[in-house]
Amino acid sequence: MSASPSPAVLTGKSGLLTAASDLFWRRPGLLLVLMLAPPLLWLGVIYIGSLIALLLQSFFSIDEFSGLIVYEFTLSTYKQLLLAANFDIILRTVVMASLVTITSAILAFPIAYYAARYAQGKWKALFYLGVMLPLWSSYLVKIYAWKLILAKEGILTWAFEKLHLSWLLDGVLSLPVIGGNSLSVSYIGTFIVFVYIWLPYMILPTQAALERVPGNLIEAAGDLGATPSQTFRTVILPLALPGIIAGSIFTFSLTLGDYIIPQIVGSSRLFIGQAVYTQQGTAGNVPLAAAFSVVPILIMALYLWAAKKKGAFDAL
Amino acid sequence: MTAAVEFSNTSRHYGPVRAVDAVNLEVAEGEFFAMLGPSGSGKTTCLRLIAGFEQPTGGEIRIFGEPAGGVPPYKRNVNTVFQDYALFPHMSILDNVAYGLMVKGVDKATRLREAEAALELVKLPGYGSRRPGQLSGGQRQRVALARALVNKPRVLLLDEPLGALDLKLREQMQEELKTLQRSLGITFIFVTHDQGEALSMADRVAVFNQGRIVQAGTPEEIYKRPQSRFVADFVGSSNVIAPEAMARFGGEKRWASLRPEAIRIGAEGGVAAKVLVSNFLGSTTRLSLDADGVKLHAMVPAGLSVPQVGETVQLVWSASDLHYMDDAA
Repeated sequence: MSASPSPAVLTGKSGLLTAASDLFWRRPGLLLVLMLAPPLLWLGVIYIGSLIALLLQSFFSIDEFSGLIVYEFTLSTYKQLLLAANFDIILRTVVMASLVTITSAILAFPIAYYAARYAQGKWKALFYLGVMLPLWSSYLVKIYAWKLILAKEGILTWAFEKLHLSWLLDGVLSLPVIGGNSLSVSYIGTFIVFVYIWLPYMILPTQAALERVPGNLIEAAGDLGATPSQTFRTVILPLALPGIIAGSIFTFSLTLGDYIIPQIVGSSRLFIGQAVYTQQGTAGNVPLAAAFSVVPILIMALYLWAAKKKGAFDAL
Repeated sequence: MTAAVEFSNTSRHYGPVRAVDAVNLEVAEGEFFAMLGPSGSGKTTCLRLIAGFEQPTGGEIRIFGEPAGGVPPYKRNVNTVFQDYALFPHMSILDNVAYGLMVKGVDKATRLREAEAALELVKLPGYGSRRPGQLSGGQRQRVALARALVNKPRVLLLDEPLGALDLKLREQMQEELKTLQRSLGITFIFVTHDQGEALSMADRVAVFNQGRIVQAGTPEEIYKRPQSRFVADFVGSSNVIAPEAMARFGGEKRWASLRPEAIRIGAEGGVAAKVLVSNFLGSTTRLSLDADGVKLHAMVPAGLSVPQVGETVQLVWSASDLHYMDDAA
């Protein structure tokens, strides 16, 4: 051996930062607490706190003559939700959110499947770019762009005319309830814009789930005698379901809460988000606004519970 | 008798890459057939061609006489045990095994009964309610086997079936697979890069190199009479001796292979060699020797005295153990 062996414990580094590093190394929990405390405080105080304040508001009521809030516990505000006019708003929003979610899932699946199974290299980059690009531009700009596209003088009407399909557009617009004067003032228009705006949130989780399905499972199913459609039903779909449910949580809850799209594109009939907006703004009925905003929370809680039972979060 | 699987001039090219190149092959019915070769030699592609996951770009494949061109995997009476088992993670073991029957529309009671019987065949009775994630590698391998066998295929394909198992389990499964194959009478075709596995299990072995079959025959033929340096090198770690060295050793001036266990350590009258390394393997000791610039391996059975490293010994072998080869690589 050499004359001066190197020491077993190195003493080269010292100082405050090193001392802190040593402390964190000995007590890893301390570092965790330091890292988590700020976001947890933020979440706990600002987010959960305001949510609880909102919940409390919903149990108050408003004095009809003075317009002042009566700070006494009551369920009368919730009872108001069941009035035909208000209940219609809830029903309309839930039906729209469901349709948007189902349509997004159907549209997203083939795109996600292609991206996960076939796209490689620059095609994959192109896929991500294509899906993410709409998310980079302003939400309002996109909606106003759609309003122009869907308007009576818009490009869609023009295109239908040129294709001699005006009868088709008119036929669709003459349908009761979902039709209207033009697409931009109909439920169909609202629906199209909702699907357009939220589609990326469905594609990405679905693609992530499909990416995790090993290719040899699909081969194994075929090997065991399953036709492509059987393979889809028994192997691909069940394994992609967690991703689809994760995506549907986005599309469903985002549609439930949105108040700008139906205001800009659509008939003047209200959605939950708009009801909250008008009740706490112009109408000054904060308790009713609070009660309205509890509805999506409850629906989402129910939905998440059902999704959890289905095992949607096992893969997370 | 028609061959169970027949390749005639079959090729699978990916652009300039010749994964499988003009392969001719006949696997007899009821045979335990091994495709042996280093990775990238085309053996797995051949298996995938039989299963129908790949289509040949040239030539033809017949399965029991019927042309397999354009027949999708789900219409072939051939089943595969995948290298990493490919069990469905969202199904119970019983549902995994019953899958093939389920997609063929067999009623629930029958298919579950048969799946249970298949699990018994692979010695996993009562495991049906578990999930694949709860089983060990060896157990998953058995499930994959049961899942394939429950369909009563005419040909069973096994892709590196024992690759992921530890040594002890591998030896046990080798025996079990062989017994199973004998009792079921199904044609087994398995792919491996482990020459020991191929030699011990198969009735016949095809050695692959660079997309071609370089030699096919019984394990004994392959081991004792390799036709090329590649086969001699790859199968059985033979000593491959160059023509010049052979001439110096007093043999013909041709490429030759000499198995390590055929070399004896003699007192005199042989080829002088210096011991470089000595590896104790239990039942034998493996010596690396330097004989006049030629590196040789020899096996000394337990019980005989083992020379020391650095010692010079005399190597003796009988002329009948020398096997001359075509000098082609």
